[in-house]
Amino acid sequence: MATTTAPSSTSSRRDRWAGPGMLLPFALFYLVFLVGPLIYTVVAGFFETSLLKSGLGDFAGLSNYSAVLGDAEFWRTLRNTLWFTVLTTVPLVLLSLVLALFADRFVRGRWFIRFAFFAPFVLPSAVVSLLFMFIYADQLGLAQEVVKWFGVDTPPSWLGDPDWAMISIAAATVWWTIGFNFVLYLAGLQDVPREVHEAAAIDGAGPWQRIRHVVVPMLGRTTTLVTVLQVIASLKVFDQIYMMTSGGPDGSTRPSLQLIYDTGFVEGRVGYASTVSLLLFLVILFVSLVWFALVRRAEKEN
Amino acid sequence: MTAIATRPDTGQRGTTTPPARRRDSERLFNRVALGTLIALALLWLVPLAWALATSVRPAQEVVTNPTGWFTAHPTLDAYGEIFDAGKLPYWYANSFITSILTTVLTVIMASLAAFALSQTRFRLRRAAFVMLLAGIMIPGQVLMIPQFLALQSAGLLNTYWGVVLPQVPNVVAVFVFKQFFDGIPRELIDAARADGAGWLRTYWQIVMPISRPAVSAVTIFVFVGVWNNFLWPLLVVTDPEMMTLPVGLTSVQDVFGVPYAQLMASAVLGAIPLLAVFALFQRRIVEGIAGTGLK
Repeated sequence: MATTTAPSSTSSRRDRWAGPGMLLPFALFYLVFLVGPLIYTVVAGFFETSLLKSGLGDFAGLSNYSAVLGDAEFWRTLRNTLWFTVLTTVPLVLLSLVLALFADRFVRGRWFIRFAFFAPFVLPSAVVSLLFMFIYADQLGLAQEVVKWFGVDTPPSWLGDPDWAMISIAAATVWWTIGFNFVLYLAGLQDVPREVHEAAAIDGAGPWQRIRHVVVPMLGRTTTLVTVLQVIASLKVFDQIYMMTSGGPDGSTRPSLQLIYDTGFVEGRVGYASTVSLLLFLVILFVSLVWFALVRRAEKEN
Repeated sequence: MTAIATRPDTGQRGTTTPPARRRDSERLFNRVALGTLIALALLWLVPLAWALATSVRPAQEVVTNPTGWFTAHPTLDAYGEIFDAGKLPYWYANSFITSILTTVLTVIMASLAAFALSQTRFRLRRAAFVMLLAGIMIPGQVLMIPQFLALQSAGLLNTYWGVVLPQVPNVVAVFVFKQFFDGIPRELIDAARADGAGWLRTYWQIVMPISRPAVSAVTIFVFVGVWNNFLWPLLVVTDPEMMTLPVGLTSVQDVFGVPYAQLMASAVLGAIPLLAVFALFQRRIVEGIAGTGLK
């Protein structure tokens, strides 16, 4: 770009195109890999698109939608996904809050606490899955051994029992990802002014009361953020379930994303899988919009 | 931001001598908090420690006593077997190459876009921004089918570009940069412009050098994200020599069946690079998360 002083008319013309020009490379990627695929997903849902034939295939109208909505397996995977979301979100929000509140009181040794809780978060899901398949293994896994110490003679098959499989996977997920929420809460606690603590202490409030009546209410925005990010992340669960149980036993852990993967890539029914994709997208979109509304309201109140 | 490290212990805040009862409850609370933290932190380290312990035990010992912790004869056999049987060096190399490529492309394109949105003025700038904002709500995984079809028709399956390209449009990266650029004093930009620097030059020579915190936050997150990504490389890569580490690791299972020493050795080998990155950049990573809330 010319650095000498150009006549103002050409420089303003260059100015006008500088912004769009710099935006262009990213915008192209954005259009090709996000907007385009989203449009394709919407469109393919109305066709009998197949992975085996090129093109969109025959027009299907709303038949994919009626097929998906009438498919018990679709509802079951959605239920599995929501069950996983509940099982992970509740402990991941509450436990990380408690841990952060406790850790906020100590400076010495904090690196150790942070390392212990956060290190698992940087592990690839494949490593986490390998680890926990070993821990949950029948007869020779650590988890059954530990339960036996507590007097349970016949421990359940953690990943083989339909009643336990999702809970086991959720527990591994809590171990894996709690560090992220923990750090968000630690950051939120930085914003609670010292004076608030001191004023409450002078008023005679003990540590428990201060936490309950002063600190936790001031963390409202962080809690909203943590909860919604967690819900959105949990609704997209795939990796650890795919690796630990492949959706089994008997489909009891199969999440919606795996239904998309299986029908789309294994069976090649792209139209059907696109419809499931769009419905899952709408669920996530709904959660995101509720979040934006909550954040808006919180910002107005402040 | 050194606040985390230098923040005073809240337990010792009362400088005016507090009543004895309150001091006691303060002390009790601290004890409960510290006890809980240490107990849970140790519990949290058990899986990692166990994997490490198992990976150095001889195979027969693991068979006879699978939940044992210690061995009198530590060995690295399991690691050697993993290297011989799998394609581990390839997987490491592929993960490095794809992660670095994606990170470089993302940092450049996202920062350029953020600079345009933050500092330049043009028609439809707000509209462009809102459209990008909407992108944050599109879950990438839901779009895997059309993304796959696009790459397939472009002949990019089993290539680095096939792994890299769909991961480049990272909307969150744009927001991290934009937030940072919005905080740069207007006068600095105006001064550079008055000296006759073009926009591109202002971006590259003035803004980027002072934006290291944003650059390193995005770099670390994109790198870790791409390194750990499983679903996408699983779809586009079928050639074992093109697999990334997470995808390759799952194929180890099929190779070995059940020998746990090998499985744990491969888990340890898969964990080491990122644990090293984390140990080196712990502060930056933690601050980056805290500052952006990205996941």
